[in-house]
Amino acid sequence: MILTVVLIIPLIAAVVCLAPRFRSGAGARWTALAGMTAGLVITVVLFAGYQADHYALKPQRWLLETQAPWFPQLGISFHLAADGMSLLFVMLAALLGSMAVIASWTEIKESVGFFHFNLLLTLVGVIGVFLAIDLFLFYFFWELMLVPMFFLILSWGHENRIYAAVKFFIFTQAGGLFMLVSILGLAFTHQHATGVLSFDYPELIGTYMNGTTATLLLFGFLAAFLVKLPAVPFHTWLPEAHTHAPTGGSVILAGLLLKTGAYGLIRFAFPIFPDAASRLAPYGMILAVAGILYGAVMSFAQTDLKRLIAYTSVSHMGFVLLGISACNTIALHGVIIQIICHGIGTGALFMLAGTLQERIHTRELSRMGGLWAELPRMGGLWLFFALAALGLPGLGNFLGEFLVLLGSFAVSIAAAAIAATGFIFATVYALWMLWQVSFGPRRTTGDIADLSVREMLPLVVAVGLLIWIGLFPQSVIRTARQGLETLKATIEWHTPTRRSIGAPDKGMVDLKTQTAPKGLSGGYDGKP
Amino acid sequence: MGSHDLISIVPFIIIAFTAVLVMLMTALEQGRAGTFIITACGYGFSLVSICLIVPKVQPAQQIVPLLIIDGYSLFFIGLIIAASLALAALSYDYLKMHTARFGEYYVLFLTATLGAMVLAASSHFASFFLGLEILSLSLYVLVAYLYTTPRHLEAGIKYLVLSSVSTAFLLLGMALIYDRSGTMEFSGLIMRMPGLAPDLALAAGTVMVVAGIGFKLALVPFHMWAPDVYEGAPVPVAAFIATASKGAVFTVLTKFFTGGVIAEGGPLFIMFSVIAAATMFMGNFLALFQNNVKRLLAYSSIAQFGYLLVAFLSVRGMHITPVAFYLAAYFVMTIGAFGIVTLMADRDSDGDHLYAYAGLFFARPYLTAAFALMLLALAGMPLTMGLIGKLYIFAAGVASGLWFLVIVLAINSVIGLFYYIRVISIMFIRPEAGEIKLSGQRPSRTGCFLIAVLTIILVWLGIYPAPLVSIIQKLMGP
Repeated sequence: MILTVVLIIPLIAAVVCLAPRFRSGAGARWTALAGMTAGLVITVVLFAGYQADHYALKPQRWLLETQAPWFPQLGISFHLAADGMSLLFVMLAALLGSMAVIASWTEIKESVGFFHFNLLLTLVGVIGVFLAIDLFLFYFFWELMLVPMFFLILSWGHENRIYAAVKFFIFTQAGGLFMLVSILGLAFTHQHATGVLSFDYPELIGTYMNGTTATLLLFGFLAAFLVKLPAVPFHTWLPEAHTHAPTGGSVILAGLLLKTGAYGLIRFAFPIFPDAASRLAPYGMILAVAGILYGAVMSFAQTDLKRLIAYTSVSHMGFVLLGISACNTIALHGVIIQIICHGIGTGALFMLAGTLQERIHTRELSRMGGLWAELPRMGGLWLFFALAALGLPGLGNFLGEFLVLLGSFAVSIAAAAIAATGFIFATVYALWMLWQVSFGPRRTTGDIADLSVREMLPLVVAVGLLIWIGLFPQSVIRTARQGLETLKATIEWHTPTRRSIGAPDKGMVDLKTQTAPKGLSGGYDGKP
Repeated sequence: MGSHDLISIVPFIIIAFTAVLVMLMTALEQGRAGTFIITACGYGFSLVSICLIVPKVQPAQQIVPLLIIDGYSLFFIGLIIAASLALAALSYDYLKMHTARFGEYYVLFLTATLGAMVLAASSHFASFFLGLEILSLSLYVLVAYLYTTPRHLEAGIKYLVLSSVSTAFLLLGMALIYDRSGTMEFSGLIMRMPGLAPDLALAAGTVMVVAGIGFKLALVPFHMWAPDVYEGAPVPVAAFIATASKGAVFTVLTKFFTGGVIAEGGPLFIMFSVIAAATMFMGNFLALFQNNVKRLLAYSSIAQFGYLLVAFLSVRGMHITPVAFYLAAYFVMTIGAFGIVTLMADRDSDGDHLYAYAGLFFARPYLTAAFALMLLALAGMPLTMGLIGKLYIFAAGVASGLWFLVIVLAINSVIGLFYYIRVISIMFIRPEAGEIKLSGQRPSRTGCFLIAVLTIILVWLGIYPAPLVSIIQKLMGP
């Protein structure tokens, strides 16, 4: 029930924003902010409640669950459920949603109500994706994110917005359609085997199918998730969309939409197709490493600030893919931390870029510089988030990437070693960005105001969160742990080759013998 | 023919009677509002009578060998009448702009509807042909109704000539099939056709029937007429051709080529698969850079029938429910889209130039939002019936293992997305200050009300489709 509320609050707020009296002005902003804050408060309360009794690994699969009939003729139900992992992601969504509303406070001046309607509707889609465990419902929300995001880019974006919006829409929709075909293929395979037509995730897990079918169906899911993540070479929509979206849109895109791809991989692709997924995992690692290096190099080559940040996302999401492909406890914990910290950190970078663009009306690095002296507050925050992006120990991002490397080292030394060089490149592009923006000669004229309290507030919260996660990762890991354990148990249980032959293949060695028992016994505490 | 039979065809009688009544009124030179009100009442009563006779026709009611009244035909007849009612209402303001002669238009509109209804209920080659001719003859005149403009006249003549040729093919095909099978009843044909020894005459007959039907449905390669006729016809008439006329012919297609006739892997099946794939690709590619909204909708409607063919070919799994649901969704989306084009029309243009829509959102936000929703529905996006329809078609294809067509369908949905969002982009791009200039007058109140109703249906059934599906399944079985 509470899950439905979390989903409905932003929806109601979105519809209220459309009211004629809110079409321009503060009403819509406050409504949107109230809606997102309410969602944030609810999820934080749930999170805190979960922290209170975290030590006992609970017997039930989900912390919260709600199910209602929706479309019984096809076996589709309105089935929402959350485990620790979904809870964390929904919290992230509510947090970044509030940040995006605050970031758009002065930037958006036209059709304010419609802007916030789209923003909130995107968030409804994102939250729905994190909560839906009926596969059609999942697809429904997956597609629901696209349309309002398309409008955000199209109507409030920068110069090349039509191209960016259309490209974003078509790329992600193409992936989504192949996922729909796969979802249907899976449901009918399941019906063939059991006689029941169902799109329910718990039902579909463990559907028996032969290797070819599983691989083909998995490709459909991968088409959606790898485009969204994005993995190189499916990333070309990303720099365009991020660069030309309005600040609020960029925050949501980088902070949340990319994460839905990672979430889909962890929640659906691996548990439903454990065999096929572990067969494809080495290729995933190759794509991941390619993404890490390619994103970092491209990032360094950019002259457009937002484009630079966009490419760092490609690099960081490479780490996420690497961890997911490694698929052991340590790596997955790293992935969760990386997802959260990247969401917060990159969201903050885009907010900073947005505030800067509002002031000097350009995103060209060559026209910035020397801002530190005049804008100490902004300069300090640039420094902090640039360091977070390059993976400074003590901050959450470092921890995430480190755990991913540690986990993948056990699977493939080569991949981990090459991926680790990403740290070097990250240092280069982050410091380069910092130098261009804050130091060197001043290349703009005129007075520039420093950050206002409104602009500072979300950024300071972000700073606090990154430090907190960096120093006390336990609460995050603890929350995600049970969900991940269940997932991994599912994967192992439903992998016939491993069960029958008993000789685990390369990718699973450490998973079975080392980390899984430790994780289950609670001995592993997630500290590097 | 007993009284029970007569009760079953009450909807037909009401429409025919209304047509006669409107004709008399026209002869007596009654006002134009009067003719419209009588027409609307006729449609309304006919719809009500359908609801009343539904319980009486379980099981199916055969009316002489020609018509069969069962849940299947009643559902589609209901759809056709509802669509006609909506389009008749849209026509009123459109006609007021262009002409003073209303009576003949509504008479022909009613007879066209009657023809479509006969098609949907036909169970015999004779009634099939009869229905098709009533429909087509009315449409020839309707397309050219505003004959003072060369554009309309050209479209009318084009439709007349091409349609007559296709009808000739259809007749010859029917004759050849009759020659080999010895029956003209669908039920008899469905039983006998699979057992017949393959020979040239039968094959030629079947191909000719397919060509005749393909022409009416504007399937590739019989699609050339569609964009020209849609562009030239009055907007509501174009919408009628796209929905009621095509829908009625499609019901015959699903009724006739069913079960054993279109065995999976057989030559007919392969032929239809090729037609479906070609229709999807051609329709979508030709629509890609179309700058005329009516032509764009014409190509989009060609592609949509390619999608429908995928459900039609899914003989192994669910078959009828996806077709029925998608047709219902298609009716709502298409009438909605054409309806908005009608509201954009003014005396000089049909509101069909794409750039007349630039920045429309900032002048008429609600109308534009409705149009955007209709286009997104045609593209199969969530919160609309379009997604559920697409889901059903995909589900039907996957359940029957038609992987080739399913993949083609997925690729085409992406191609299709491009031109739908191209229109949307143009409408939502903020124009430079002071540049919004509106074509057309203030949209009429009836029109706006109609669009609002359609939008609500589109969204409501898109979020909660179960009621419509249960109606369909109650009427036609799963």
